[in-house]
Amino acid sequence: MLEKALFGSRRYWVWIFCLLAAIGVGVLSYIYQFRVGLGITGMSRDVSWGLYIGQFTFLVGVAASGVMVVLPYYLHNYKKFGRLTILGEFLAIAAVVMCMLFIFVDMGQPLRVLNVILHPTPNSVMFFDMLVLSGYLLLNVLVGWTVLGAERKDMPPPKWVKPLIYLSIAWAPSIHTVTAFLYAGLPGRHFWLSAIMAARFLASAFAGGPALLILLALIVRKYTKFDPGKEAIQSLGKIVTYCMFINVFFLGLEFFTAFYSKIPGHMYSFIYLYSGIGEQAKLVPIMWISSILALVAMALLIFPQIRKNEKLLALAAASVFISLWIDKGFGLVVGGFVPNPFERVTEYWPTLPEALITLAVWAVGFLVLTILYKIAVSVKEEVVFDKYGERQVKVE
Amino acid sequence: MSMNRRDFLKITGISTMLGIGGVSAVQSLRNRVEASQVMPNPEALTAKRWGMVVDMAKFKTDADYQRCIDACNKVHNVPNISNKKEEVKWIWEETFEHAFPGNEDEYLAEKIKELPFLVLCNHCDNPPCVRVCPTKATFKRESDGIVMMDMHRCIGCRFCMAACPFGARSFNFRDPRPFIKKEEDMYPNPEFPTRTKGVVEKCTFCYERLAKGLKPACVEASKGALLFGDLEDPNSEVRKMLDSRYSFRRRPELGTRPSVYYIF
Repeated sequence: MLEKALFGSRRYWVWIFCLLAAIGVGVLSYIYQFRVGLGITGMSRDVSWGLYIGQFTFLVGVAASGVMVVLPYYLHNYKKFGRLTILGEFLAIAAVVMCMLFIFVDMGQPLRVLNVILHPTPNSVMFFDMLVLSGYLLLNVLVGWTVLGAERKDMPPPKWVKPLIYLSIAWAPSIHTVTAFLYAGLPGRHFWLSAIMAARFLASAFAGGPALLILLALIVRKYTKFDPGKEAIQSLGKIVTYCMFINVFFLGLEFFTAFYSKIPGHMYSFIYLYSGIGEQAKLVPIMWISSILALVAMALLIFPQIRKNEKLLALAAASVFISLWIDKGFGLVVGGFVPNPFERVTEYWPTLPEALITLAVWAVGFLVLTILYKIAVSVKEEVVFDKYGERQVKVE
Repeated sequence: MSMNRRDFLKITGISTMLGIGGVSAVQSLRNRVEASQVMPNPEALTAKRWGMVVDMAKFKTDADYQRCIDACNKVHNVPNISNKKEEVKWIWEETFEHAFPGNEDEYLAEKIKELPFLVLCNHCDNPPCVRVCPTKATFKRESDGIVMMDMHRCIGCRFCMAACPFGARSFNFRDPRPFIKKEEDMYPNPEFPTRTKGVVEKCTFCYERLAKGLKPACVEASKGALLFGDLEDPNSEVRKMLDSRYSFRRRPELGTRPSVYYIF
């Protein structure tokens, strides 16, 4: 099926070329980082994780969120998601690829990466994270590729994929739970040491991931002959609405615990993020942008009439995505390190090479996504669906 | 025997998987064996659980602190990096309010708030850094409780830095070697390895000196202000001191059970 990615319109090739250019710039920046060390980033002894790990955390959520279309389709036989599942599965693949790359570029000694396998350490959450992420990647590649391949050949998918699909449904929440456990089990980091961390992660993932999928589905419909389905997109809108409200509710719970108990350690990170400590307030503007976007999104999403307008739905989805990207891809990680164990404030802001490397990893992700979507769309364009999204007969 | 391509691939695939499984089983057995010398030095200092007592009454002048810090930096080729964000520190000064956050009382005398304390890795009995390390590059030595660091295995993921509630760990954000003050074109201590960029390092209670029968460099330089001994031996110097004076540790509420005690 890969050959389908080799034929495309002019627009397709321009887009591929732009991505390759961004990747090229990122590779050069990475060579610089590889030679000099992580000193070229904004990270420090006190804020020892930054944008890379933040993006990793956020993207594990995007990967896990594929389950939000796979589950209704396969467990509840919700046929309207029939055309969308492959987009969800392929988005998950691209997201996991980005996750792995973000971990890789964050390593001080990347050539020793195999030490994680050579010296397996079951008590380390990071070891489990590696296991569940690789497993999830494998599951999605197997399921997505097989189901799409069967569709192309006008055949029902082989029976052995069903158990794998059920496994991947159970697997998806596990990858994000394990990622939350990277943070939630560390003594002395009050901001992260919260029992609700995994639940918050899942809620924000199931809002942010489907929000991105809405945008992608709209783009696919606009630029190809394949329509993922108006009702399917509306259903995604409902999922985003519920999950975004749950996510903000969970964040509210964190605020309550911190500010009603008035325990200083629990309040400091929130104060730093939203109003700054003393002169040090680098993250305050973006945290407020995130909050305002969350409110805008919720105001748009809560009214079904507004949500039904696809332009406004797209606006709401973009707001959700950016809001959560800032909150989880940046604030959550940096906030946990401020103040440091000595209750001193060291600020963090990414440097240019760090930003270029980050951009390049996203470009790799979008390249994978573009190729996979191109293949999926090429297969789907040849297929006629009934009003429930079920495949009918092949067009001559 | 006839074998088509498909069968051949099946058999090779299965045997490869078994092979990998076998290797990793052997590997995990090997991992249980502790790194040790072939023949331990009979002079080596040993203990069940090494611990330290910092006697603050004996730190009077800046020089009292600096002596200990310098001794450590010299013995371990610790680089002197002026950029605060990339500092590498094994033992250093923090004022009371920063070394013991959450302990500061409202009307605590200013001179106590500002009083510098020597801080270093606490060699916790229950170390979170060891728990999180994905490669066992940092590990607790079962024989004497020292939290060790294998800088050749460390992948530089910095999970241990996030996990350590004492800020005891430093990362080499770039090659540290140009920042080590050389003496006559030599590193201060040619016997102790310098580090590469991209690995985490910290105090290791001078395991290399203990193996030769020497006390840690800071203890030796401290003129009795730092006491070092076996916390599990009731007759050791450190235990006798803890029996007779009021002592406290950094953030005991976190349950990591630090092995460094402070007495006033």
